[in-house]
Amino acid sequence: MQVYADNAATTKLSKTALDAMMPYLTDIYGNASSLYKIGQEAHHGVQHARETVAKVLNADPSEVFFTSGGSEADNWAIKGVAEMMAKKGKKHIITSAFEHHAVLHTVQKLEKYGFEVTYLPVYENGIVHVEDVKNAIRDDTALVTIMYANNEIGTIQPIAEIGAVCREKGVLFHTDAVQAAGHVPIDVRAQNIDMLSMSAHKFHGPKGIGALYCRKGIRLPNLIEGGAQESGRRAGTESVYAMVGMAAALKEASDHMAENAAHMTKLRDRLIDGLLKIDSSRLNGDREHRLPGNVNVSFEGVEGESLLLYLDMKGVSASSGSACTSGSLDPSHVLLAIGLPHEVAHGSLRLSLCESNTEEEIDYIISCVPEIIDRLRSMSPLWERIQKERGNA
Amino acid sequence: MEYSEKVLEHFAHPHNVGKIEDADGIGEVGNAKCGDIMKMYIKVNAGIITDVKFNTYGCASAIATSSMATDMIKGKPVTEALRLTNKAVVEALDGLPAVKIHCSVLAEEAIKAAVKDYYDKNGIAYDPALFKEDTCHYEHHHAE
Repeated sequence: MQVYADNAATTKLSKTALDAMMPYLTDIYGNASSLYKIGQEAHHGVQHARETVAKVLNADPSEVFFTSGGSEADNWAIKGVAEMMAKKGKKHIITSAFEHHAVLHTVQKLEKYGFEVTYLPVYENGIVHVEDVKNAIRDDTALVTIMYANNEIGTIQPIAEIGAVCREKGVLFHTDAVQAAGHVPIDVRAQNIDMLSMSAHKFHGPKGIGALYCRKGIRLPNLIEGGAQESGRRAGTESVYAMVGMAAALKEASDHMAENAAHMTKLRDRLIDGLLKIDSSRLNGDREHRLPGNVNVSFEGVEGESLLLYLDMKGVSASSGSACTSGSLDPSHVLLAIGLPHEVAHGSLRLSLCESNTEEEIDYIISCVPEIIDRLRSMSPLWERIQKERGNA
Repeated sequence: MEYSEKVLEHFAHPHNVGKIEDADGIGEVGNAKCGDIMKMYIKVNAGIITDVKFNTYGCASAIATSSMATDMIKGKPVTEALRLTNKAVVEALDGLPAVKIHCSVLAEEAIKAAVKDYYDKNGIAYDPALFKEDTCHYEHHHAE
């Protein structure tokens, strides 16, 4: 059986999105800036896509800027605000310890240019405390950037509460919603979000397209000079088919959000319960405040890359937070941020589901994992040591 | 990052997995914090490694290099096993991704540690320079 359970990495393009894109990949090839018919048709495609994305977020179309993806949107928002605020002498940024690297590496770069960054703790359950945000805000705080939902452990942050605090204190609030968009409800007005990043391929849209929502009135500096596209802020001929595909996928995800979430939550909980039956396993991240499709479990005494490659041989696609999958010495910064010892973080397995996964697939995963864990533990000197320490050997 | 067919084959079906209860030498290297530990057991008769087994906690390349390295010293004189280099193991596996080279270093060191243990236990004199501890290799190889 083949089971794709790595939807937090990327998703399959939906049929609806593909169908919406096809005309723009074939007949409607005009430049959206051209005045003749085929150009105007392309322009309408862009316009409609922008309106669709704005509507899902409860934003105005003029507040939606298409980008190449989530990383670009994160970079633009953070560096742009930093540039704006540095002129006012505000050089302090608040973020969390377990952001995606698109945010983390960007603020680390700003530290080299004299910015001061506060990394808020995320505690054992992987959730930022609103009080911590409130206490960290200073007179010179330029930006608060906290992710909507974590990409590894799926924990959903108290975004509306953080937004309210930031609005009250007059500080700009950006959220990396790459894992959340299309999966959980977002309302930028009600949640007081000033800026939000999203990426189409995380909700069955095409790769290479994303968007930054930027609230009206925030004069974010231009990202790319050279043309009138994206209100002159990000020049370059529009990738019309990608924008149209993103909008179609987002609308589809949004229209079916409740039923998809119910289905995925049921599968997720079945998978969590099944995997936690394995000796010396633990769920990483809060069980309740969690994306409907995210499962992240650690198994003591085994190493994650071996686990996921043996799973691959059984037809299951998953991912891990072990050092060996990141190409560095340390395991996932997310798992370390929630307090996991290195050796437990190395043994993590992330399975991320989508609405097309079935109960049969979940049961197949549950049947595959224990024998792989047994096999790896039977040859693991670390497991032998753990057993000895516990007096089991 | 991509593994060779050889690496995947040795990972899927590793040779010489297990322990030797009455081993003549045991060597353990690596640590849990870094995500890999290799433990090798050797049986020696008249200067020849007659049997070798390993237990490894680590990634696919750690398991594959353990498997290949044990194959390469089985039936060989102890003195020859000591000359096995990580480079030879990597070549026998048709290469390893750059970030995984340290796994082959661990395999070489695990063998040396097992031989040293055998020498120590049997009061066999040796040149300590053969077993120089290089605690820094780990970071070096990871930095590639």
